[in-house]
Amino acid sequence: MSSILDGMAGGVAGAEGLARLAAAAVRTRAATLAGERALPVAAALTALCPDGLRRGSTVAVAGGAGSTSLALVLLAGPSAAGSWVAVAGVPTLGLAAAAGFGVVLGRLVVVSQPPPPSCATVLSTLVDAFDIVLARPPQRVRAADARRLVARARERGSVLLVASGDDRWPEPVDLRLTAVATTWEGLGDGHGHLRARRVTVQVSGRRAAARTRRVELWLPAPGGGVAPVESTGTTDATTADRTTADWTTADAATADRFGPRLPHRRAM
Amino acid sequence: MTPVTTRTLVVAFADWSVVAVGAPADEPVAVVRAKRVVAASPAARAEGVLPGLCRREAQARCPAVTIGDHDPARDARAFEPVAAALEVLTPRIEITEPGRAAFPTRGPSRYFGGDAALAARAAALARGAVPGVTRGMGPGVGVADGPFTAALAARQSATAGGGAGSILVVAPGASPAFLAPLPLATLEHDEPGRRELVDVLGRLGLRTLGDLAALPAADLVARFGTGGAVAHRLAAGLDPRPPTTRPPPPELAVTAELDPPAERVDVVAFTARALADELHRRLTGRGMACTRLLIGAETEHGEVMERLWRHEGTLGPGAIADRARWQLHGWLEGSAQHRPTAGISRLRLAPDEVVAATGRQLGFWGGTTGAPERAVRAMARLAGLLGPEAVTVPEWRGGRGAAEQVGLVPAVAVDLDGERAGVRPGPVSAPWPGRLPEPEPATVHPEPLPVTVLDGGGAAVGVSGRGRVTAAPHQVVVGDARPVRVLAWAGPWPVDERWWDPAGHRRRARFQVVTDDGVARLLAVEAGRWWAEAVYD
Repeated sequence: MSSILDGMAGGVAGAEGLARLAAAAVRTRAATLAGERALPVAAALTALCPDGLRRGSTVAVAGGAGSTSLALVLLAGPSAAGSWVAVAGVPTLGLAAAAGFGVVLGRLVVVSQPPPPSCATVLSTLVDAFDIVLARPPQRVRAADARRLVARARERGSVLLVASGDDRWPEPVDLRLTAVATTWEGLGDGHGHLRARRVTVQVSGRRAAARTRRVELWLPAPGGGVAPVESTGTTDATTADRTTADWTTADAATADRFGPRLPHRRAM
Repeated sequence: MTPVTTRTLVVAFADWSVVAVGAPADEPVAVVRAKRVVAASPAARAEGVLPGLCRREAQARCPAVTIGDHDPARDARAFEPVAAALEVLTPRIEITEPGRAAFPTRGPSRYFGGDAALAARAAALARGAVPGVTRGMGPGVGVADGPFTAALAARQSATAGGGAGSILVVAPGASPAFLAPLPLATLEHDEPGRRELVDVLGRLGLRTLGDLAALPAADLVARFGTGGAVAHRLAAGLDPRPPTTRPPPPELAVTAELDPPAERVDVVAFTARALADELHRRLTGRGMACTRLLIGAETEHGEVMERLWRHEGTLGPGAIADRARWQLHGWLEGSAQHRPTAGISRLRLAPDEVVAATGRQLGFWGGTTGAPERAVRAMARLAGLLGPEAVTVPEWRGGRGAAEQVGLVPAVAVDLDGERAGVRPGPVSAPWPGRLPEPEPATVHPEPLPVTVLDGGGAAVGVSGRGRVTAAPHQVVVGDARPVRVLAWAGPWPVDERWWDPAGHRRRARFQVVTDDGVARLLAVEAGRWWAEAVYD
């Protein structure tokens, strides 16, 4: 990738072309953002999904600790912007936490775990009517049902958020967010209380999100809500396939050695 | 130039839904919608049961009160005999809402010998159509310039008199004087959407309709837009909109032939729904919306039944279909004397008064808007499929525990269109000593899971009666999962709840624990046993 960049930046014409290309990219991006095509996300999540949640897409939220909070902050953006939000089959959802992350409780509907035979019917009814639906299927969804749901969501322009592992959702998803590592702050050895958490989120998916990235978030941030972790940006998964602690230090080391080149890589 | 208004007669019942419930007249009756009283009989009002009260409060004030459910279809059905009786006077009865009918008096008044004579006749007919209505419930009859003034006059005479004196005729040209002393809140009777405007005007120091009418109309338009202009016109005794000079083009009307003729309401209602969609599409295609609609049905034997329906806002397809169903239900399943002799073979919807569609303006400050129609329909469908308890909406309740702060109530029991109580923490968040500080756990176990907490030596950790922990927790075992090591912990935070109630008394000590699998949990120890209440997921 860097060799392509070098080649383009080599000549003056190339640089001009690149600038024009960048300008065009900014223009077209603004056009696609015009509310109709995507649901808004919280400002801190722009690193995860820069263009918001594309309407008609399917998003999987997976991983262990932190995945529920991640799903809640994804609901918060559209909810704050006026959309009604439905949650199906998550009886353990902490509603006070949802409100803390910015989900408007006045526009939230909670549907209890549907019995497996009517699960597909319930989900397709919700996808029909709500802008964003968070679902945790009780068991593996049949491939035909899943395909129908995806098509339904695409047709109605709603976003289906699946909060369970691959084993329950057979179809490929447009965006997959996995909470891979978490670190809590504020709790000591017999003193303090939980204040904030750093979560490393791995982003993968199709099309624009095809390149696997990792993003660090405060989830929740020290004062509540969600915030980006300032010191570290995004990086390739290849340099980060280790434990969290290793990864952070390794990234810092890379930044020291190849300091001037990192901004280029981010810009791409 | 004298402003043009249509002189109108309005027949109104004070609390029509109470009459429609059909309970004996002298008993206290209240009609409840989404747990709030919307109408109450005079006997109930005497006991302090007023609209706006919640159901429990109403039952506490008057234990003998009979509670009826809000059902617009039943109200409309019960009103049909009244509309049919009034048809003797004039063919074009306009039903604003069940319990209130209006018609222009120009022709009938001259025929029957003046407004007062016509009003007396209308009152007698309406009273004859509804047996067993007590004093204070109507019918009241009002005649005035313009439907708004006439409706107010009718409402006043319905609640005040009820007997023979239930007629109020406002002389031509006297409407402004009649309206002037009335409070400003009168404006929001028919149109709850005007509440905000009325609120702002009240804070600006305007108390009566007269105060409002005295302001220059141009200033109100400049400050409040169309809403202000309409309010000013109403307060000045004018029609809300300047009268249209041109009737809507006839090609907007839609007609359906039913073959075979339909004898059942649901069959006709199904056709009406499709027709309503078609009409709505034609209207929106021309940038218009319907405020008054003529619904006509014809039977095989040539019997015709037509009704005008008015809506304060504009009639959407759902509202049109509802009105068609109400009207035909009253006709097809009403008393034998009025029932048609054959099935309905033709259905016609004709817009009688159209306005430019202004679209729906959302609140400027991100004000709450009602649930979108699609969402409400989906909720109703799922409630039918899974049972009403399965589809719920959250409500703040306040409490110390993670699970107690927000409760779920069935969506069917809640008015989703209005501003709901409990969607914001508000007064219920007021202090709960012993509540854990933010953040709240994202996963709350409905039933706490049993856990074992061990110290470094493998012995169970406990909390003494004085709230001291016996040893630092070292290891946590949730259910029969692999034991996890404790990285950080804090607690105990004791809480002693409902000590005055032997059955509900709980004494717990809570801990926050982060373990080496990266999970933070909320644990509680109660009577020597450990539970996992929630996960900071």
